[in-house]
Amino acid sequence: MPGLIDEGQVRHIAKLARLKLSDDEVRLFAGQLGDILDHFKQLETVNTTGVEPLAHPLPVTNVLREDEPGEPFAPDRALQNAPQREGSFFKVPPVLDQGSGA
Amino acid sequence: MAEIPTAAHVAAEIAGGRRKAVDVCAGALRRIEAADGQVRAFLETLPEDALDRAARLDADLAAGKPVGPLAGVPIAIKDNICTTAGHTTCASKILAGYVSPYDATVVERILAAGGVIVGKTNLDEFAMGSSTENSGRFVTRNPWAADRVPGGSSGGSAAAVAAGLVPLALGSDTGGSIRQPASFCGVVGVKPTYGRVSRYGLVAYGSSLDQVGPLAANVQDAALLLGVIAGRDPRDSTSVAEPVPDYVAELADERLEARAGRLRIGIPREYFGAGLDEETRAAVEAALAVYRRLGAKTVEVSLPHTPYAIATYYLVATAEASSNLARYDGVHYGHRTAHPHDLFDLYSASRSEGFGAEVKRRIMLGTFALSAGYYDAYYNKALRVRRLIKDDFDRVLTQCDVIAGPTAPTPAFRLGEKLADPLQMYLADIYTIAANLAGIPALSIPCGFSAAGLPIGLQLMGPLFGEALLLQAARLYERETDWHTRRPSMGREA
Repeated sequence: MPGLIDEGQVRHIAKLARLKLSDDEVRLFAGQLGDILDHFKQLETVNTTGVEPLAHPLPVTNVLREDEPGEPFAPDRALQNAPQREGSFFKVPPVLDQGSGA
Repeated sequence: MAEIPTAAHVAAEIAGGRRKAVDVCAGALRRIEAADGQVRAFLETLPEDALDRAARLDADLAAGKPVGPLAGVPIAIKDNICTTAGHTTCASKILAGYVSPYDATVVERILAAGGVIVGKTNLDEFAMGSSTENSGRFVTRNPWAADRVPGGSSGGSAAAVAAGLVPLALGSDTGGSIRQPASFCGVVGVKPTYGRVSRYGLVAYGSSLDQVGPLAANVQDAALLLGVIAGRDPRDSTSVAEPVPDYVAELADERLEARAGRLRIGIPREYFGAGLDEETRAAVEAALAVYRRLGAKTVEVSLPHTPYAIATYYLVATAEASSNLARYDGVHYGHRTAHPHDLFDLYSASRSEGFGAEVKRRIMLGTFALSAGYYDAYYNKALRVRRLIKDDFDRVLTQCDVIAGPTAPTPAFRLGEKLADPLQMYLADIYTIAANLAGIPALSIPCGFSAAGLPIGLQLMGPLFGEALLLQAARLYERETDWHTRRPSMGREA
């Protein structure tokens, strides 16, 4: 397994996870995640040659049902926790750069 | 100091017209009001909704309408289970004020059975933790010792039952979050087989590990609540259409007599090694002696991949969590940052302001384990070891009917003791997490006390869908002991 985690990696992972970390948090997590991953290195010692990954404990695969119409979820209920709404829409800040003309 | 009656007794009295559901409900609300300032088990009580429901139940009874097996029983619900009454916050700032637009299937079933939901209980934020100290709201106390944790993550539900505030509560168990707090608080807690109980409306943490289950003051009440919530649900495609036995009927004396003499109990040597507290070891060994006296056979077995369970669990669970918690984006519900300067900032600032430290740590760990260059070495490796852990159980469960051992390596630890060192907190989950990885059912029952007066739990694990067998084995022991009748003074003084 690759080595321990440095502050640069912590910043990269935070970006992937959409987390904005303070410098203190970056230092703290680099240390703590390093300790945790160091402990997890013991998995390297387990021989898993020919062992299939197990993602789910039951032998359940695709579950099919009839496509029958049901009661729709009313828009007002779906929107009842929206931080910001406009009519029957969730409102968000502009997604595209205003000046790009896109 | 009157003993709190069992849930089954309360339901029978109400159904038989000897007590009013509104009086029982008001009594529970009064107990919570008087004692929860000390215990701090509840994030929110729901007096109006509960009293209204109890009054309607009384009216139904007066009109001669049939009522369900939980008629008028006050029940507490862990706050990561969706209820349209009150809020559902997962004890997280990111869900402050969230009102679920639907009830979880387990909640629907409890209400249909006549249960009265009196409040939502505290937890480690998003069920991530083993002490309830990671709650974004406040710390819950162990009713047996105010300077100790109640365990977690279902610490509020376990403490509420232990303190006699309610006879029944729901928890969720991803790596021990029902069984370990049950052990720390001296109550019964059941993690059902993966797929036994619907997860619809349970806020997702580790989707291949999560199960909802009961916490109760005794085995029969746990069986009663499990029977109500178990069964296939079309809204959770991982729930299984296996028939649900009458768990309470399975505990009848003649069923237990028939079970006692032919019970084979496996004792995994890996669960009695270094790190096990001596008082806990002694209590568990004394419990095994009780089983032998009842005619059960004990056999030593081996689960050789036990030492790898912590690493495997914390890679699988955090990988799943990092994906599940991506939905908290400040767009559809939950906290949104005040002045985002672009969309990326809307996501990352909202999430950073809303999540607590442990949730961030687990999202980071899971994101790392799934990231390019590390996926095979960490996540995929963990999934392969997960299969070896499951294979261990499959093999051992041909040599015995149930597996017995300690639920946790020590009794309840002190508040703050493990908070600064997350790895130490994770390592204390050693005996409970394997059942989640393998999907098998497991429960914890009280089996003694430490010299300091802290409860100790015995864990029983069994084959897939073997809940009835586990409950029978637990009840056989409970009938011989009085641990479950002892109650802490906190909560009873009022």
